[in-house]
Amino acid sequence: MSHWLGWLNQVFEVLIALAAAPIFLGWVNQCRAWLQNRSAPSLWQPYRGIHKLLHKEVVLAHNASSLFRIAPYIVFGTMAAAAAMIPSLSTRLPFTSAADAIALVGLFAAARMFLSLAAMDVGSAFGTLGARREMMIGFLAEPALLMVIFVASLMTASTALPLISERLSGETLAIHPSLLFTAVAFGMVMLAENARIPVDNPATHLELTMIHEAMLLEYSARHLALMEWAAALKLFNYACIGMALFVPWGMATNYQALSLALAMLSLAVKLIIVGAALAVVETLSAKLRVFRAPEFLATAFLLAVLGLLVHLLQVAR
Amino acid sequence: MNHIPFDLQIINALAALLLLLSFSMLSQRRIVSLVNLLAMQGLLLTVATLMVAWRTGETHLYLSGLLTFALKVVFLPWLLHRLIRRLNVYWDTEPLLNIPGTMLVGVLIVVFAFGLAQPIAELASTATRNAIGIAVAVILLSFLMMITRSKAMSQVVGFLSMENGLFFGAMSATYGMPMVVELGIALDVLVAMLVLGVFFFQIREQFDSLDLHHLESLKERD
Repeated sequence: MSHWLGWLNQVFEVLIALAAAPIFLGWVNQCRAWLQNRSAPSLWQPYRGIHKLLHKEVVLAHNASSLFRIAPYIVFGTMAAAAAMIPSLSTRLPFTSAADAIALVGLFAAARMFLSLAAMDVGSAFGTLGARREMMIGFLAEPALLMVIFVASLMTASTALPLISERLSGETLAIHPSLLFTAVAFGMVMLAENARIPVDNPATHLELTMIHEAMLLEYSARHLALMEWAAALKLFNYACIGMALFVPWGMATNYQALSLALAMLSLAVKLIIVGAALAVVETLSAKLRVFRAPEFLATAFLLAVLGLLVHLLQVAR
Repeated sequence: MNHIPFDLQIINALAALLLLLSFSMLSQRRIVSLVNLLAMQGLLLTVATLMVAWRTGETHLYLSGLLTFALKVVFLPWLLHRLIRRLNVYWDTEPLLNIPGTMLVGVLIVVFAFGLAQPIAELASTATRNAIGIAVAVILLSFLMMITRSKAMSQVVGFLSMENGLFFGAMSATYGMPMVVELGIALDVLVAMLVLGVFFFQIREQFDSLDLHHLESLKERD
C-alpha cells in the first residue's frame, strides 16, 4: 500500500515541478521588472512563450546532426529526472534510493554536456563560444556544489537529499556557521549555474557577453521551447536543493493529504521569498567580466571548503 | 549531535566569521576596503570578547573589550584612512601570487592551523577552546598577506590583523592575558602604528612609491 502511495507521491512531485518551474521563472522576472521600474510581464509569460514556440515550425540548420535534434529531449529529460530526486514537497521519494545527491550532480553535468555538444554541432562561432564558456563555468561550479552537499552530508551522515533534509529539520535550532558559509556558497553556485546576472545575463542577446543564450541561438520552435522549459526547471531544481538543505522545514514526511497540502503551501511561500531574493541580488550586482567568473566561483568553492573545515573543527569534539 | 549552549554557539559563529574576514582581506585589492575589513574584524573581536566576559564573569575582559573597541575599531582605522588620503594610495599592486592562488594556499594554511591547534585545544580547559584553531589560522593568514603584498600599507594591515588573531587566540585558550600584558601590547601596537606612519612618508620621499620591493636595492654609499 505505502509502496504505491510512494510512487504516486513521486509522480505528483515531478508533475508539480514541471508545472511550477515556468511560474517560478515568471515570478523572478516580475520581481526584477518591479525593481528596475519597468512594467512587469505577466506571471504566465514563460508559459505563453513555450506555448507559442510549440506551435511554430522547426527550422534546422542543414548541417545539423541527429545529436542536435535529440539534445533538447535529453536535457529536458535529465532535468525532470533531477526534479524527481530533489525533495520539494515530500521527503518520501522512492526514486532517491536509486540515486543520491552525487548522482544528481552527475545528472546536471550530463545535461550540460549535451547542451554544449549540441551548441557546437552546427558549427556557428557563437555556439562554440557559448559552449566553451559554459564548460568553464560548469567545471568550476561543480566542485563547489559537491562541497556544499558534502558539508550537509557530514552533518547528517547521508548523501540522499530527502534524508538530509529530514534529519536537518529534526534537529534543535542552533547556529551552524558551517551551514551559513555553505548557504552563501550555494547561492553563488546557483547564480552561476543558472546563467543569472553576476556571471551571465539571461535577458541579453548581446553577442560577446552571453553564455547560455549563445548556445540556444540555433534552436527554434519545439526544441527551443523544451530548452527554455529545461532552463526554468533547472532554476526550480536549484531553488529546491537550496531549500532542502538550508530551510528544510515544512516538508511532508508521511502520506497524509493534510501534510501534503501544508507542504505545498510552505513550498509556495519559500519559492516566493527565494525568487524575490534572487531578483534583489541580480538587480544589485553588476555583470562580471568573463575572466572574473573563475574568481567568483573560486570564492564559492572556498566558502564551501571553509564551511567543511569549520564543521570539522567545531563539531568533531 | 552534541548540544552546545547558545552563547557558545554565538562565540563559535563569531570565530567562523573572523576566519571569513581574514579570507576577504586576502582577496581584497583596494586598500580602503582593506582598512574597513580590519575595522570590522576589530568589531567582531570586541563582541566576542564581551561575550566571553559575560559568560565567564571575568571583569578584566570587559575592560580589554572596550580597549579593543577604542583602539582597533575607532582609532587605528581612522589613522589608516587619514594616511591613505595623505599618501594617496588607494590600490595595491597585483600581489606576488594571484588571488585565487593565494586563496588556495590560504585553505591549505587553515588545514595546517587546525591540525596545529588540536593538541593545544586538548590541553586547554576553557569552553572556547574550539576557537584556538581559528585564531592560529587567522595569524597564519595574516602572515600570508604580509608575504604576498608589496605595498607597505597592506603589510601594516596584515600586521594589525595578526595582532587581532593573537588576541583572539589568547582569549580562547586562557580567557585573556593579564591586564598589564594586554595594556602593554595595546600600547606597543599604537606606537608601532605611529612609527610606521612616519616610515611611510620617509619611504615615499625616498622612492616616490610605497612599494617595498624598492627596499631590496638599498645599499650603503661608498
